[in-house]
Amino acid sequence: MSTDGFQYFLELFFSGLTRGSIYALIALGYTMVYGIIGLINFAHGEVYMIAAFVGLTAAGACSIMGLGTISILIIALMAAMIWAAAYGYTIEKVAYSPLRGSSRLAPLISAIGMSIFLREYVILVQTADFVSFPSLIFEIADFKFLGGYIQPTEMLITLVSVVVMVTLFLFMGYSKSGKAMRAIEQDQEMARLLGVNVDKVISLTFMTGSALAAVGAILISSHIGQINYNIGFIVGIKAFTAAVLGGIGSIPGAALGGLILGLTESFATGYVSSDYEDVFAFSLLVLILILRPAGLLGTSTQEKV
Amino acid sequence: MLTKGMLAKELKINLGLSLWMVFLTFPLVALKVDYLDKTLVWHLDNLLWVALSSFLISGVWRYFLHHYQPKERLNTGHRFSFAEALANEKAMLFFLCLLSISPLLTSTYQTSILITAMMYIALGLGLNIVVGMAGLLDLGYVAFYACGAYAYGLLNQYYGLGFWQVLLVGGFMAAFLGVILGFPVLRLRGDYLAIVTLGFGEIIRMVLENEEELTSGPSGIANIPKPSFFGAELSYHQNILFLFYIMLAILLLAIVITRRLQLSRIGRAWMAIRENEIAAEAMGIDLTKTKLTAFGIGAFWAGVVGVVFAAKSSFINPASFAFHESAIILSIVVLGGMGSILGVVLAALILVLLPEYLRFLAEYRMLFFGAIMVIMMVFRPQGLISRMRAGYDRDPEMNAGENLDD
Repeated sequence: MSTDGFQYFLELFFSGLTRGSIYALIALGYTMVYGIIGLINFAHGEVYMIAAFVGLTAAGACSIMGLGTISILIIALMAAMIWAAAYGYTIEKVAYSPLRGSSRLAPLISAIGMSIFLREYVILVQTADFVSFPSLIFEIADFKFLGGYIQPTEMLITLVSVVVMVTLFLFMGYSKSGKAMRAIEQDQEMARLLGVNVDKVISLTFMTGSALAAVGAILISSHIGQINYNIGFIVGIKAFTAAVLGGIGSIPGAALGGLILGLTESFATGYVSSDYEDVFAFSLLVLILILRPAGLLGTSTQEKV
Repeated sequence: MLTKGMLAKELKINLGLSLWMVFLTFPLVALKVDYLDKTLVWHLDNLLWVALSSFLISGVWRYFLHHYQPKERLNTGHRFSFAEALANEKAMLFFLCLLSISPLLTSTYQTSILITAMMYIALGLGLNIVVGMAGLLDLGYVAFYACGAYAYGLLNQYYGLGFWQVLLVGGFMAAFLGVILGFPVLRLRGDYLAIVTLGFGEIIRMVLENEEELTSGPSGIANIPKPSFFGAELSYHQNILFLFYIMLAILLLAIVITRRLQLSRIGRAWMAIRENEIAAEAMGIDLTKTKLTAFGIGAFWAGVVGVVFAAKSSFINPASFAFHESAIILSIVVLGGMGSILGVVLAALILVLLPEYLRFLAEYRMLFFGAIMVIMMVFRPQGLISRMRAGYDRDPEMNAGENLDD
């Protein structure tokens, strides 16, 4: 009996870990954009959704051409990342960049508008129904880890996410563009004076964040097996919760926040009730914002007048 | 003004932009995978449309972006002008007269559409208090609307209460909910506030969906009675007519009260908070009280309209209160010009009536709303009708504004 309980716990733990790593991937996009221009990119969840649809089309096209599973996965990932980055770039140019320097409310409303527009665009050109997504990962990862407590796909998702995140840390820490991003984050005006092309770096930030969301989109769609136009909304809010939980603007914070949120959700649905799966995330978000608005790893700055 | 070289350059840029759009939309628009036949279906004709329309749109967009600099961004108001105020007053009066006789001229169906339009005007006015005047971006406004509708549905189902008994109760319950939800989020900055209210809105909807024993879940509550007319039995047509005049009365009340509030001490306090919270606090405005009043009064109107909605459709379910409803109301406020009452009226009429009469546009409706929000923020953040700001140096205008309300 107790081993059953322990096994159940482990299952919940690993499924929470999987969710958490996906949330973390998407939360990174929010946190990077927020860090650099102080804007909540409402359309980020929609980029995630569009990436899933691009991946679906690419995977479909490849499977018709008769490619193997691994090459399908890689091509679908690449296509999703490229188009997600392109969408992220375009969204920034259309909806945010003309508004730079205006009040806080204007870009936020513009972002909500963009998000609605993209959702409707996908409903119109694709479909409003759920469509099934091929399980690209499962066939690759069909072997046993840890005595069967963890599903192979879950293991693979977590691994890929960790690899992507470590790459991002290295990119932010050591590459020239990463340094430029951090410089703009600290002081945009000063960075501009020192010869950093601010517009270019902001675009790059949007593209990087979107590409990360695309990785998350392909992995999780393949794991769950179906997508529709609405997936970006809920996942977007949850990833945002993760970003806030870890302290928005902080990259390790986003990773930590994603993990905590994923585990909380998994245990809460497993032990309390599955009806209120999404309510837990929202309640967590409200609680953090009220109790510790700066997040776990964020530093609270006093606003000066 | 445009030299030949510039024109050629512009054309080249637009051509590039439209090619970029073709690239962007390519995987979603042009390719369809047919899994049954294992074939790829190409829709290159769609790409042609994308190329053409984005060529035109980008041309217009770039032209306006370069030649039309919005003079004022969201936070700076427009000077109060007497002629404009008078024109607005006249326009408003004329519009209201026209509205009040319209059910006599049109069919029941048209009347029912007009009721919907008026409901959205009232919702817009309520949200306008929170977003437009107090500057608190509330994305969960639909929760209060749901609160009113469910208050009527449930109180009627369990206690047999009628429309008139619940009308105010629904409003006050929503206002109470607004204050309760407002409390924890007071300390939050604008963008966090938006997300938290969005979360609240979704939580309320999920609770309605999951508490099946109380609310009968996704299947909703049916057979909600229409308001009674002093106990007399009314035909369907008469019911709609009666509801129309009830809604008109509520709307008039909402307009008058909002105007009075706008010019009152509390209204000016809201606008002060919107402009600069710290400065407002330094001038002695009680932030907590002022923000909560905005939340409460805004929610009150949503609750009242919610009761009317339940009575009008006689069936409610959680799906009517999804996020896109909040988005529609928000785009009414944004399109109308944040803080402007006439603007809200016009915007609600445009956004509700236009899709109703242009049926072929119906499926593009939300697309259009999303685009409006972006376009308005980029080109005309002050909305269709920019709000007017009273100035102390022109006393007659202040008085004019007040007298016309009486």
